[in-house]
Amino acid sequence: MADAGMLRFHVPEPEVRPGGTPDFSNVTIPKAGSVPRPEIDVDPRTIRDMAFSIIRVLNRAGEAVGPWAGLLSDDELLEGLRHMMTLRSFDARMQMAQRQGKTSFYMQHLGEEAVSCAFRKALAPGDMNFPTYRQAGLLIADGYPMVTMMNQIYSNEADPLKGRQLPIMYSSKEHGFFSISGNLATQYIQAVGWAMASAISNDSKIAAAWIGDGSTAESDFHAALVFASTYKAPVVLNVVNNQWAISTFQGIARGGSGTFAARGLGFGIPSLRVDGNDYLAVHAVAKWAATRARKNLGPTLVEYVTYRVGAHSSSDDPSAYRPKAESDAWPLGDPIVRLKNHLIQRGVWSDERHTQAEAEILETVIAAQREAERHGTLHAGGKPSTRDMFEGVYAEMPPHLRRQRQQAGV
Amino acid sequence: MPRRTMIEAIRDAMDVSMARDERVIVYGEDVGFFGGVFRCTQGLQAKYGKSRCFDAPISEAGIVGSAIGMAAYGLKPCVEVQFADYVYPAYDQIVSEAARLRYRSNGDFTCPIVVRMPTGGGIFGGQTHSQSPEALFTHVSGLKVVVPSNPHDAKGLLISAIEDPDPVIFLEPKRLYNGPFDGHHDRPVTPWSKHELGEVADGHYTVPLGKAVIRRLGADVTVLAYGTMVYVAEAAAEEAGIDAEIIDLRTLLPLDLETIVASVKKTGRCVVVHEATLTSGFGAELSALVQENCFYHLEAPVARVAGWDTPYPHAQEWDYFPGPARVGRALVETMEA
Repeated sequence: MADAGMLRFHVPEPEVRPGGTPDFSNVTIPKAGSVPRPEIDVDPRTIRDMAFSIIRVLNRAGEAVGPWAGLLSDDELLEGLRHMMTLRSFDARMQMAQRQGKTSFYMQHLGEEAVSCAFRKALAPGDMNFPTYRQAGLLIADGYPMVTMMNQIYSNEADPLKGRQLPIMYSSKEHGFFSISGNLATQYIQAVGWAMASAISNDSKIAAAWIGDGSTAESDFHAALVFASTYKAPVVLNVVNNQWAISTFQGIARGGSGTFAARGLGFGIPSLRVDGNDYLAVHAVAKWAATRARKNLGPTLVEYVTYRVGAHSSSDDPSAYRPKAESDAWPLGDPIVRLKNHLIQRGVWSDERHTQAEAEILETVIAAQREAERHGTLHAGGKPSTRDMFEGVYAEMPPHLRRQRQQAGV
Repeated sequence: MPRRTMIEAIRDAMDVSMARDERVIVYGEDVGFFGGVFRCTQGLQAKYGKSRCFDAPISEAGIVGSAIGMAAYGLKPCVEVQFADYVYPAYDQIVSEAARLRYRSNGDFTCPIVVRMPTGGGIFGGQTHSQSPEALFTHVSGLKVVVPSNPHDAKGLLISAIEDPDPVIFLEPKRLYNGPFDGHHDRPVTPWSKHELGEVADGHYTVPLGKAVIRRLGADVTVLAYGTMVYVAEAAAEEAGIDAEIIDLRTLLPLDLETIVASVKKTGRCVVVHEATLTSGFGAELSALVQENCFYHLEAPVARVAGWDTPYPHAQEWDYFPGPARVGRALVETMEA
């Protein structure tokens, strides 16, 4: 009882701060292929340990091993590699465009490309994602035109959202991509509602909810888990744990629960952790969860363990809060390099072809950028009309907005 | 014509809408098997099944957030928040999401939802069962805000709200559920069965959103009111012997400015009344609009009668509530100004 009468306040800290040596020795990485693949109708109570492990397929030698391997053909994997390379190239060009003043803001995916690119290929047409701002791979992997994305980023005259939204807050119902809010976590419960609606309508479509590690602290995340669990909604509940919420390390949102996946256990939701930098593992787990949803087995919570190599956004400088070389020390490597090595190991890819593909992709991205810039950038060239600002608040413009539009002289 | 209470009229609106359109889904806390704490959804689960009327967890953010997702899918959810005082956990979903979804996605996704909630005081509900938060919603671009004052309007307005392509906040003055209430809390309650506005037609009809109605024609002063205060204003005018023209706004957003301006230009005087607190209340907007549009017709300053700027009290309810005596004084002062 020596401490009686004096309480101590606890604030978690990351292992290392700027100036220190990056250290991920506390992150336990199971061997690829070591985590079993349960039947999809498994009793969630029997797989609780999966919330504390990491499902991995690609080993250090670039081989696909274990029970989660073998789902994708050579062509599908080559396509996946191309999607990730395209997203990375797209990000680099758009980040540069932001630095050149062509737009106000940008958010890149560096290091996290596998998560959204692989997940998209596990869904069926008509399914709906409720993404955060770091899942553009869902659009790239579904063939959404890059030039349309760029038009949105530039808020130019061809912007499908008429200049109303921050850059990268895309929306495409046609491509199963719900309008990004920019608020955090709100979309998580909306995804569950969408899935409930699909079940109410006896449809076959499923929803996918997306959230980052930091935003799981929002109450909407917990509301979503309650609703998903109660109504057995056909939804895949994705948590992308990229270790950093702007400057805040994941331990601040995670608290004492061990893992983000473990959040699902109290709700009786099967909860899996997966190597987010392993294209094959992400796809296999996504497929497993999507199949469960489609077969009326309810929600699955999936935590993607990855690392945000880049800054949070174009307005952020990570060197102020974490060691510069931390990303190099990240034990799960780079998703593009790992898939590339696997494809070389399979005998269907080579360093030369990779270099050539990089050049081709860059050319495609630059061509799209040129086309988009013909429609204007944020401060130059064609832009959405001031009149558009007043449109679309309601299906039908009410009298007070009509009066204000007249006052604005448009 | 059958007479119905406001509860029965609201229930009938949902019943008619659910029968006509299978996309209409009703849920909320205690809404399913039990039929709601005010019984507005009684019998709907038995009639339409558990997929279309069901109980929700106690999570207002979850209720409204899931409704937004359902609307994005293509359903038309009409959800209940048990008391308007409980809506704040859902405020982010309403303000940042429901209200802006059409705009931010340029119509790619829309949000035809109705959020019903009992509002206002007069039932000794204390600070957590008496608030009138309408101004928190009229301040939000993209919402519509409706406050019915009688069974006939409640049914027609709720059907309009459910059929509307955009999100509607539907505030039901709980003190009016079983009968009109003029603020004389010490007198017996008049049931809707004895009031002509308790006449509610069977089947489908609508009362359009955005249209006010003149409840009492008068020449001396225009009273702008909604919900319970319509009856308080009627009693106040009667008791003060003032020939007031009483406008029941019915929809606050979008507002029927035309009807207001025409009346104030005729009477030259205006008193605005609401139960909600005074400062930054909806009355401030009404007062500003009247002076902007009718300044040269005004014979007196626009007066506001509202709840005091305190939390809604319990024991002091009738000192807080802007009853007929306070409204009557404002009418007299406005006439004498």
